[in-house]
Amino acid sequence: MTSELIDFTLVSVALLGIGIYGLAVKRNFIRMLFAVEIIINAANLNIVAFGRFLPHSSGQTMALFSIAIAAAEVAVGLSLIIVAYRMYQNVDIADFRSLKG
Amino acid sequence: MADAVFLALTVITIGSAIAALEMRSLIYGSIALMGTLGGIAGFFFLLDAPFVALFQIAVYVGSIAVLILFTVMLVKRELIFKKIEDKRRKFAGIGLMLIIMVSLGAVFLDSGIKTMTTDEPAPDFRDIGIDFVTYYWPALILMGLLLAGSVTGALVLAKREDVENDQRAN
Repeated sequence: MTSELIDFTLVSVALLGIGIYGLAVKRNFIRMLFAVEIIINAANLNIVAFGRFLPHSSGQTMALFSIAIAAAEVAVGLSLIIVAYRMYQNVDIADFRSLKG
Repeated sequence: MADAVFLALTVITIGSAIAALEMRSLIYGSIALMGTLGGIAGFFFLLDAPFVALFQIAVYVGSIAVLILFTVMLVKRELIFKKIEDKRRKFAGIGLMLIIMVSLGAVFLDSGIKTMTTDEPAPDFRDIGIDFVTYYWPALILMGLLLAGSVTGALVLAKREDVENDQRAN
């Protein structure tokens, strides 16, 4: 490992900031899913970078679980996008107001 | 300090993350997202985690990105190229991003992890397999059930109940 832990952590912080920017600014459902993906990947990068300091492989095992659960989340999220698009014919979340009280 | 490969991967990852959010076309955006996910896989290689890196490529670049591409293709053409965002929130969002980056970055740079280095040998990826079938086997089975449940749920959610009403098909 030639790069140090702080480098990976800073990359992860940058990705987290970009993801939160996307969640705050974008109103397109699909783009918000992109932002969530970016945030999840920043978290995975942190898990593996800190797990490198363990003498055993638990960090990598945890990262594998995290990746698999993120895959499940994306499958459900994409099908929600398809259902919402079918109902409203749009991907703008400002239009998805039927649950608003 | 960081070497050239690390810098190149950083540029690819962060640049394509920005491109994924800012490109006008959603299709190019999802291809840029593939670049981000691939860059993260490269970081995993640098962190001596080749198994996680290949898992990342197989799951994220291979399947999730393609799934996103197919979902984008189901959306109307003018929506793919339309940028929907709150103009008023744009500067607030950029400010929020900079605040998060600067404050978290300053905290990390000020903390003890700045000087942390390790002399541990890289963990053997065969240990991951041993972990999965010994200590973590209930979690592995739960994860399989969760994946099966989520894929089934996704299929049920996306199923059309109005197929006989064929106005949508046209």
